[in-house]
This record gives sequence, C-alpha cells and structure tokens, in this order.
Amino acid sequence: MRKKLWVFIKGFLLVNLFWFLLAAFLSTPVLPGPLTVYGKYSHMINGRLWLHIGASLGRVAAGLSIALLIGIPVGIFMASSAIANRILHPLVYFSYPVPKTALLPVCMLLLGLGNGSKILIIVLTTVFQIIVAVRDAAEHIDQGIYYVAKSAGAHKKSILKDITLPAVLPELFTSIRIGTGTSLAILLIVEAYGTRWGMGYYILDAWSRINYIQMYGGIVIMSVVGAALFWILDGIQWVMCKGMR
Amino acid sequence: MLELKDISVTYGKGGTHRVIDQMSWQLETGTVLAVAGPSGCGKSTLVHALAGILPYAGSITLDGTGLNPKTCSIGLIPQNYGLLPWKTVKENCLFTAKIRDNTSNMEAQLTSLCKELGIDGLLERYPGTLSGGQAQRVALARAFLMNPELLLMDEPFAALDIAAALAARELFLRVWKEKKPTTIIVTHRVEDALYLAHKIAVMKRGGHFSFLNENPWQGVKSPKEAAYRSLEQQITENIIKADEI
Repeated sequence: MRKKLWVFIKGFLLVNLFWFLLAAFLSTPVLPGPLTVYGKYSHMINGRLWLHIGASLGRVAAGLSIALLIGIPVGIFMASSAIANRILHPLVYFSYPVPKTALLPVCMLLLGLGNGSKILIIVLTTVFQIIVAVRDAAEHIDQGIYYVAKSAGAHKKSILKDITLPAVLPELFTSIRIGTGTSLAILLIVEAYGTRWGMGYYILDAWSRINYIQMYGGIVIMSVVGAALFWILDGIQWVMCKGMR
Repeated sequence: MLELKDISVTYGKGGTHRVIDQMSWQLETGTVLAVAGPSGCGKSTLVHALAGILPYAGSITLDGTGLNPKTCSIGLIPQNYGLLPWKTVKENCLFTAKIRDNTSNMEAQLTSLCKELGIDGLLERYPGTLSGGQAQRVALARAFLMNPELLLMDEPFAALDIAAALAARELFLRVWKEKKPTTIIVTHRVEDALYLAHKIAVMKRGGHFSFLNENPWQGVKSPKEAAYRSLEQQITENIIKADEI
C-alpha cells in the first residue's frame, strides 16, 4: 500500500509539473496553472462540493453494485454451463463493444431524466466487462481443485462459496477498477442533464460559465476521488485475496 | 474390498468415445494398486470415475457398499495437487476434512501429521510460495487428514525432480502404513510403482489391464536382485506393448 501511495504521489507531482510547464508555455486564461487553481481551493471546498461528490459517488456505487449483482452470477453461469455460454456468449460478444452512451436517449425515454437513466448507463457500461472477466476467470480455475472438492463430497453451494467465488476475485477486482474509471468518465455525460448535483455537473457548469479555475479544480477533485476509490479497492483486494498477490 | 464390475466411461456427445470399456477387477482393502500405462489409455479417467467426478456405467463398491463421495471418504491427489492458492497451508490441509465435517480432534492430528511430513513450519504460508515437494506433502496431509477409505493419486510424483520424488514416496509410504487406506496410484514411473504398490497393473487403451501382478518389492529401496529387474522389465515391456495396441 505504501508503494502505491508513493506511485500516486509521484504521478500527481509529474502531472502537476507537466500542467505547470504547459500553462506557462501557452500562457492563456483557458489553461490556468496548478498554483492558480490550488490557490482558489479554499473557495471551492465547502459543503456544496461534498454534496456534488456524494451525488456522483452514489450514482457510481449504485451502477456498479447492480452491474456486479448481474455480472457475477451470469459470468459464473456462462463458465459452468456450455449451453448457457452458447446462448449468452453471442449476446455479450455483440453488446460489449457497443458504445453504451449511444443508448442514452433510449435510457432517458425509458427511465426519464432522473437518476434511473444515469445509473442504467453506468450499469450497461460496466456489466459486460464484469461478465467477461468473471466468466474467463471461472473458466481458468484449476480443475484439480474442483476434483478434490467433488471427490470429498462437496455440495454445489460449497463449491461456489469455497472455490469459484474466491478464485474469480482478482479478475473481478480488476474489472471493478476498470468499471470505476469508466463510470467516473461517463459522469460528464450523464450528469449533463436533469440534475444540479454531481461532479460531472460541477465541471460542465463551471465550463459553461467560463469559470476555468473552478472547472480545473473540479477535474483535479474528480481525479483525486478516482484515485481514492482505487486505493480503497486495492485495500479490499489486499485483505480478500491473500495468497493471490 | 474395492470391486469394479463392467465399468464403462464415455466422452463426447452421445458417448461416442469410450475410454474405458467394461472393466472389472477387485482390490483387497488396505492394499496399494499402482496403475501404469501409456499416455491416453484412460488411467486418469479411471481415477476420476472412482473419485465420483465422472459418470460411469457399471458398479463400483467399496466393502460392499456403492462408492459415492457423499457417503464414502475418498481422498484425491490430482496431478497438480489441487491446492487452493487463497488458503494457507493449514486451511488447505483441513479443506476436505471440513467438507466432510470430520474436524473433531483435527488440530492434534494436523500437528502430528504435518510434523511427520515436515511441513509444520509452513502452515501459515500460501501454496504459491511452496516448492513442488512441499506442495505435494501438503496434498498428502490434506488427503490423510480426512481419514480416507479410498485414496486416489494421479501421477503424484510426476512434477518432482528425482531427489524430491524419492523423498516424497518414502514419506508417503511411512504415513500410509499408519492408516493403510485402500489406495490406487496412477504413475508412469515403473520404479515408483515397484516401490509403493502391493499390486501393479498395466492399462492398455480401451481400459483393460493387460498385466496385473503381485509386487513383492513394496517398500524395498533399490533392490539389486534379478527377480526385481525381471519384473521391472516385464512391466516396461507391457507398457510398450499397450501403447502399440
């Protein structure tokens, strides 16, 4: 974890250095330097900002949770049943590369402008990578482990709990990390309508008001939130996947 | 007595590929049978059928009752040992015993068995950090801790170098003599079969024994006698012949 913190600090410093140099080189109000942006943070960080962060995190958490609730059983089902895989694989294969944001109008028509359509887009964006990751991980579990459990008389429930679920965890965490990054990215699209709360709205609102300092401040905050989520995921994985590190 | 009557195992759609065809034999309780034979003759298939992993036609009984992993205690050591990477050595050792709810007085048994196998210092480690020989001994401990009525070993020493294999088979025999479960060892090493088994069989394609003989050299280290050489020669010739069929 300490190593990861060090990587984050180094990355943060390098990005800021690059940003500083580019801002100094271009010298335009469109790209204020990091020192200018950070100098205004005392005005930006207030109760409203936390509400924006909370609204975004709520949508990401809801979307990812639903995607996990669908993706884990479907992925395991596809790995354990040849017939299920034959039926579902073409559906997943076709749907995976479709840009889900293109379905935004459909989601809005079906679920309206509220949180429903926003969460549905996050679900659609992340669920397929979770299905594919879980299915592939489950397919690659050492068959010897299953043989040992089955020959000892293990029930299907115990095989699922003691073997399949722990074995897919590392790949599942990778897909959650990717899903988290993607979800944060599409917040800029889904929080552009029907809401006054969320980091996507915060950045777009500042942009439309030509308040570039607040806009860059929002981008930095969103990046830090993303990094914090990655840390939390790393921490949970560290605890849950001992022996597979 | 382990008794197989007209056992057939088929693979493929509609059972098109018959790997074992109406095999019948018996083995006295508390003896070790080594099954040798060319690659692909069905040795592992036989082990999997006995372990209750593969469906078969015919009947298998152990001391008069139908062999079933839910009712009989079957210990299996697959080719790559089937250790769970996310569980510690200790948890791996207790894995099958826990499936069978056979955990009374387990700590004491675990301690003494692991001491005997020389893995008592590894109990908190994970399988990924073990050498091949250590992993093999963990698999042995796991199998013996469930007090198996039938012990099945599929190429247990194949992944070990000569020195580790010699040490492992000696250790196996020492531990085996304490509980004497009926044991079937699939091996392609004739010297392992001669050292470990009371009976040696050579399996030919189609799942029949082309050779089944008592082995008077069980537990004898590198015998120099001509009779040993002759039996070794006989087994080797039968394996070669079985490959030609």
